[in-house]
Amino acid sequence: MREFIADSKVVIIGGGVVGCAIFRRLAMAGLAPLLVEAAADILDGASKGNSALLHTGFDAPEGSVELSCMQAGYREYLAIKDRLNLPLVESGALVVAWDEEQHAKLPAMVEKAHRNGVRDVAQIGRDELRRREPSLSPRALGALYVPGEHIIDPWSAPLAYAHQGLAHGGRILRRCRVTGGDFDGTRWVLETTRGPIAAGAVVNAAGNYGDLVEAINRPSPFTITPRKGQFVVFDKPAAGLLHAILLPVPTERTKGIVACRTAFGNLLVGPTAEDQQDRGRAEVDHATLESLIAKGIEMIPDLARHSVNAIYAGLRPATQFKDYQIALDRERRWITIGGIRSTGLTAALGIAQMVARDFAEAFGGLRDAEPIWTPVPNLAEDRARPYLTEAGGDVVCHCELVTRREIEAALQGPLPAGDLGGLKRRTRCMMGRCQGFYCSAEVVALSEGRLAS
Amino acid sequence: MTQQSDVLILGGGPAGLSCARALRALGVDNVVLLERERALGGIPRHCGHHGFGLREFGRVYSGPDYAKRLIDEAAAIDLRPRMTVLKLEPAGVVRATGPNGPEDFQAKAVVLAFGARETPRSARLITGSRPFGVMNTGALQQFVYLHGRCPVQRPVVIGSELVAFSTLLTLRHAGIKPLAIVEENARITTREPGSWIARIGFGVPVLTGTRLLRIIGRETVTGIEIDRGFGPEEMECDGVILTGKFRPETALVAPSHIEIDPGTRGPAIDAYFRCSDHRYFATGNLLRGIETAGQCWREGRAVAQMVAAGLENRLPLREPDVRVTLRGPLAYVYPQRIYRDAPTTNPLLFKARVSRAVRGRLSVIVDGSVVWSRRISALPERRIAWCLPSLDAKACQQISVELDAA
Repeated sequence: MREFIADSKVVIIGGGVVGCAIFRRLAMAGLAPLLVEAAADILDGASKGNSALLHTGFDAPEGSVELSCMQAGYREYLAIKDRLNLPLVESGALVVAWDEEQHAKLPAMVEKAHRNGVRDVAQIGRDELRRREPSLSPRALGALYVPGEHIIDPWSAPLAYAHQGLAHGGRILRRCRVTGGDFDGTRWVLETTRGPIAAGAVVNAAGNYGDLVEAINRPSPFTITPRKGQFVVFDKPAAGLLHAILLPVPTERTKGIVACRTAFGNLLVGPTAEDQQDRGRAEVDHATLESLIAKGIEMIPDLARHSVNAIYAGLRPATQFKDYQIALDRERRWITIGGIRSTGLTAALGIAQMVARDFAEAFGGLRDAEPIWTPVPNLAEDRARPYLTEAGGDVVCHCELVTRREIEAALQGPLPAGDLGGLKRRTRCMMGRCQGFYCSAEVVALSEGRLAS
Repeated sequence: MTQQSDVLILGGGPAGLSCARALRALGVDNVVLLERERALGGIPRHCGHHGFGLREFGRVYSGPDYAKRLIDEAAAIDLRPRMTVLKLEPAGVVRATGPNGPEDFQAKAVVLAFGARETPRSARLITGSRPFGVMNTGALQQFVYLHGRCPVQRPVVIGSELVAFSTLLTLRHAGIKPLAIVEENARITTREPGSWIARIGFGVPVLTGTRLLRIIGRETVTGIEIDRGFGPEEMECDGVILTGKFRPETALVAPSHIEIDPGTRGPAIDAYFRCSDHRYFATGNLLRGIETAGQCWREGRAVAQMVAAGLENRLPLREPDVRVTLRGPLAYVYPQRIYRDAPTTNPLLFKARVSRAVRGRLSVIVDGSVVWSRRISALPERRIAWCLPSLDAKACQQISVELDAA
């Protein structure tokens, strides 16, 4: 008899936003799931670098799984955000037409939005656009106004989902890479870098590694080609230049370059869409960053006066298909959640609902429990942060105004930061304009020997 | 409750501390100084090597000892560490937060002495991955001198401004010899014999005319790609220390009502060190980026004179009369604005930098007549300073600083 390091009714592979949302949902249903994550901390893959928007689905493909998951996820986010202390910057979005060709596409986009159930979308003219966004280049011809598109915090939300799942009896193993597995007709034995794990069922939410993990169960019907998105984040004073999220008129391939404020009070321009083979490494490059800055200035001329705070690149798990790759293998007790692209942050809660429904129908054993709410610390600029409300903790990161107490808190609790990146995502320390000139030595000293996994 | 004082100094580095001390010597003692770090002293606090204080105190100190001396000299002032300023408002109102939560301050005069910092990797838009081990000198110094550890063992030093030699000293203190100094220009930035000192004194090769193309490494740095003029080549290393390219720390000034000069990237000032809001004064490295601690110390003392004069109503209340205009390859000139009759500031001291290496004639032209002129040979990283002897400019309508490249 083999010794297992864990034996769980359901194992979720992948601790990105989708994995965390499924983990939460299944834990709340009493399944005590186990989430395994290959990296030192959750949110280290595709979820690390996204544009942090809560989408209405107004321009999503009609009738797609993606659209229904986004809309269900959107509704649930609004319903639970206060209980989990998650932010919502109600900015609305403007799909801006910069030339006649784009302008001509707007009416069809309004119709599509209405068909997608987003009925408050309307076209606005040049004057109203100017009134709404005085800093926008006068070259803009008009726009679609989408009041329901909002800005959220890309990391606190999935972190809150993970915490709520833990509170409901789930378990998370980090630095635990799944390397193989066997199904014996009743259960799975997953081989991992930390030892074998027995699983009553498996959910593949492995993001950029989704097709490789899928191959454990079957020849993967989809192939992941990571699509890199580079971003430039401007310093906080630039956030005053925009109110709404600026979306481009989309092409077949990508939603295009977005400019928007962030929940942390910066202004972000990105992402690019560059296919690559490497699943783990997202490099930035000088020429592309310069072109993003130029693009930003083209849309918002005053951006030229502002300085760059941070640069980053994310990898989104694109497949050869346009829609999400969601499947249930009832016989072999395997659920596939693949190809969740940039809309995953919005759709995650909706995907989790779908997984729970599938799971209940196929395998049963779910029950309703009274939710235990696990609010996370607020990092959003539009609501009171600890440096303003709390006495006693001095500020360690001066650019992002992160207090000693916040850093201490992120190093403790049921899911302490697993590495420096995880600590940054939990607190924003070292993520400001000086990028650690002042605080990195202090932060590293504070976290020494305490970055647990 | 708002805490009132005559003077509020923001920043406890050499400029702020020297201003505090000088104010006291001038009989202004209702002064509060806010510093966001836990200890006062500013950047010298973590420059563990020698080279500070000769001109101001007549002996050579290490950075931390120099910082201690500055603090001792300012001891009678209300020095408040761990106070982070959040907002600068009109009427001398400053909002801050600290160990006891938010606190408001108001002063008749506010002295901004926020200093400068090096440009980080992000703002340099450097290609590559973003592993741990890419840092500025300031961070490296704090690791080594404040926390007694060195996060890199085989780093490459990027840039050859004076601060790069501080990096070499810091690394030597930690027992580490960097692999190379990489400088993109054909010559090193600091004055010769800098490269000689690096090579002989530290045994570190200096690669001039070499561009950093890319940073490699997933979790930590494993190498860089450089171009010495023969195409890309890889160099193994475990850290990249980005030195220099200092810029004023204007995080609080930029979103405030105070005007910033696009040239210096610091607050625009008049000859009394006053900002566009006359309640606010600026001094030290906030004015334009990096100069030596000694230079900041002198500027702190100079601004104290002006603050004291302001408290005695000896400074003009109206807006400055003339804005200085620039022509030619000049990065900046300050003060940016002057008054026609300026008894307190005669002679009028100008400071400037060129935007590229240049030889030529630098002139000050008032209403079409050259009132001062000098041949210069200048580099962008070196300060140019000159005095205009008594500016008889009652009629002055226009003043411009012009540099004609030879």
